[in-house]
Amino acid sequence: MNAETRLLEVRKNVLKQNDLIARALRQRFREAGVLAVSLVSSPGSGKTAFLEKMLAMLRSRHRVAALVGDLATENDAARLARSHAPVKQIITGTICHLEAAMVQNALEGWDLNQLDFLFIENVGNLVCPSSYDLGEDLRLVLLSVTEGEDKPLKYPTIFNSADVAIITKWDLAAAVEFDEAAVKSNIQAVRPGMEVFTLSAKTDEGIAECIKFLELWRKWSRPAIAI
Amino acid sequence: MHELSIAVSIVEMAQEEAESRGHAQVEAVHLRLGLLSGVVKQALLSCYEMACEATPLEGSQLLIEEIPVEVFCPQCAVPRAIRSIQWFCCPECGTSTPTVLRGKELEVVALEIKE
Repeated sequence: MNAETRLLEVRKNVLKQNDLIARALRQRFREAGVLAVSLVSSPGSGKTAFLEKMLAMLRSRHRVAALVGDLATENDAARLARSHAPVKQIITGTICHLEAAMVQNALEGWDLNQLDFLFIENVGNLVCPSSYDLGEDLRLVLLSVTEGEDKPLKYPTIFNSADVAIITKWDLAAAVEFDEAAVKSNIQAVRPGMEVFTLSAKTDEGIAECIKFLELWRKWSRPAIAI
Repeated sequence: MHELSIAVSIVEMAQEEAESRGHAQVEAVHLRLGLLSGVVKQALLSCYEMACEATPLEGSQLLIEEIPVEVFCPQCAVPRAIRSIQWFCCPECGTSTPTVLRGKELEVVALEIKE
């Protein structure tokens, strides 16, 4: 800095715009009594299969809907539409993550008061989504047994930003000699106290426990509304 | 790779701030970047140069101060900087803790302005 330059104080969060929208969304979800649950994982971890299962199972007792992010295709929305729950695709183009404004836009025309659970499936990516608050109540990070036990250590930021870890494709765990104790210890290292579920969307093992957790979470966080 | 869109936001923010206070030329942007922000310093620096192209900030510098991750140790009852983001525990007593006090910053703190 030479004599001609001077310092101008700013102190502004670069993602302020996103955070403001996310805060407004969170408020809307709370007032409407809907629990917003987002899903993050690397591509191919089973987010859509998990979501198909959640929509199908929750639908008998609750009003559920989903927003799904994808770079280019509507394949996931088509798969999820089979559950007959309202599903909307968010095509992000070249953007590798969802932002709060995309969620806000996608919700236009939806009456949140008519929903109990809203799932938001992020783009398959374990890096970029960690920086963006979507206004969700719970962020689920998914990890399949075929990816290896050290994934939490490789992507500590996203695991730290999440509230619950879901280990998917559990039916393959024995075949790939998956070390459950190791992955759990790695998860606890990057996010102490994190809730962990092991499940298979194919055999339904562990699905009921996860459903129960989401129902309880909604009951606790929406005491005045949840039935 | 979301560093480019973040770099564009930084350039826009710096430009707006400078203009609203009647300054035309920004020499440098001071940024605070937490190690848990999810943004990679090196990638952000190269994207910043691209984001500045054909804007009034072209040729300006991005000066990044990296902020270590600090947690609250419930055992020692004090804030502690952790040694690695792969291990959220007190470096003194080893107690694990999820309470992050600092390290998620992504904040423009100041602009260097040419008078």
